[in-house]
Amino acid sequence: MELETAQLAAQDEFRLFVDRHVAPFADDFDDRGQVPGELITALGTGGYLGANIAREHGGRAMDAITGGLLCEQVGRGSCSLLSLLVVHGMVAHVLARWGSEVQQKQWLPKLASGETLAAFALSEPEVGSDAGSVKTSAVLDQGWFTLNGTKKWTSFGLRANLYLVFARCGSRVAALLVERETPGLSVSPVSTMSGFKAAQMACLEFKDCRVPESQLIGRVGFGLSHIAGSGLDYGRHCVGWGGLGLAQACLDASLAYAARRVQFGKPLKEHPLIQEMLANMFTNIKAARALCWQEARLRHAANPQMILDGAVAKYFTSRIAVQAASDAVQIHGANGFSRDYPIQRYYRDAKVLEVIEGSSQIHQMMIARNIS
Amino acid sequence: MDQTNIKDKIRAFVRDKTKQPNLADDEDFFQKGFVNSLFAMQLVLFVEKEFQLRVGDDDLVLENFNSTNAISALVERKLAAGGADSQT
Ligand SMILES: Cc1cc2nc3c(=O)[nH]c(=O)nc-3n(C[C@H](O)[C@H](O)[C@H](O)COP(=O)(O)OP(=O)(O)OC[C@H]3O[C@@H](n4cnc5c(N)ncnc54)[C@H](O)[C@@H]3O)c2cc1C
Repeated sequence: MELETAQLAAQDEFRLFVDRHVAPFADDFDDRGQVPGELITALGTGGYLGANIAREHGGRAMDAITGGLLCEQVGRGSCSLLSLLVVHGMVAHVLARWGSEVQQKQWLPKLASGETLAAFALSEPEVGSDAGSVKTSAVLDQGWFTLNGTKKWTSFGLRANLYLVFARCGSRVAALLVERETPGLSVSPVSTMSGFKAAQMACLEFKDCRVPESQLIGRVGFGLSHIAGSGLDYGRHCVGWGGLGLAQACLDASLAYAARRVQFGKPLKEHPLIQEMLANMFTNIKAARALCWQEARLRHAANPQMILDGAVAKYFTSRIAVQAASDAVQIHGANGFSRDYPIQRYYRDAKVLEVIEGSSQIHQMMIARNIS
Repeated sequence: MDQTNIKDKIRAFVRDKTKQPNLADDEDFFQKGFVNSLFAMQLVLFVEKEFQLRVGDDDLVLENFNSTNAISALVERKLAAGGADSQT
């Protein structure tokens, strides 16, 4: 697993960016429940919001491994910020994959620069894992869709000005782009979360919200299988790599603390039961990294196997991130719960990774169905 | 690539992914419930990689994807129309 020179340079660049602008302030973001506007501007300027957008549209067109490295570093610094790259990237990916030429020309340059921030609105108050049951309706009449219903848990929904909304059109599902200022759409905050606290999550309410037919992505009936399907596939890629970064942050912090903290006359790292946790963390991270690499290489080659391997990597990485965060709290003792250390945030955020882009149970079912 | 060759490759992929070794070429695997949530995108990627095509928004019609015969016909149409950039 050797990085090419350009990938190594990009990794250094991302690490530096996160060390300077993200990691030291991530707990403040959580306290304020938001990411500062200047940081989002910097993400745009750095080309990070256009990571997966083609150069012809102003993006940075990163290969799958470089994109993964970006998510890994951002996940190490702040999972809330990672979730912006995830949902914004999912919408960009969907547009690049299934958008018409007109839609691509209209939106991709704005997404790449950060002039437009995008969010992914699939979940609803009553609909989560069973996404095929979305209740939000879209009725097509004379070139206009009329949307009614509610979306919930839309990450960065408070900040976004473009939403990819999934709605039922009779018995089929459609994916529609909806601009923030569209009459009939109201955006409100979701009450404070305990994980991904700075992800500025929104509830979107559609009341006779009219959207021109030209905002339909792909065709009616393909909203879930192909449009959400490709968005979620990209999302799993990002979350897998981001979880790797979070697990690495847990290990780095635990190693430093265990070397410093002395109990029973010697540093924690010399106690065998602490060593066991550190060794398991290290080993799990190595295994997760191998899975992330494997799925990114398949993605780079556009190999269909990437879809299953992306799910495997996301499933495994989110699980080991939860274990790493739990052990990091254990190693830090009371300090693990304190605002003075980032460990409490790692612990709260890690569990979210097991829920988003398909929960661990949904991943287990997907994987089992694909192998048996 | 001739018609038989195209269909053979598609049949092998579809039978493997649907776990239906005896699936007939005209059987609608979506209707029969033989596919899972990952299959749709796996199929698109397979067609693109194997036949060097680009499947685009205009191709999103169920009748292009629901059986081995349907996918073969789509691939043949696109290859005849010029391959990589064609969106029939
Ligand atoms: C921080 C955060 C950010 C999010 N951001 C977004 C976003 O940007 N856009 C968006 O659309 N959604 C978003 N979500 C919502 C997320 O996608 C859903 O939470 C997820 O799909 C699970 O749905 P649910 O919470 O309704 O749980 P449910 O589907 O109600 O499931 C509850 C539990 O039951 C389990 N379960 C469900 N079905 C089965 C089964 N058949 N067998 C076994 N177990 C099962 C699940 O694994 C889960 O553990 C976000 C959620 C969080 C926490």
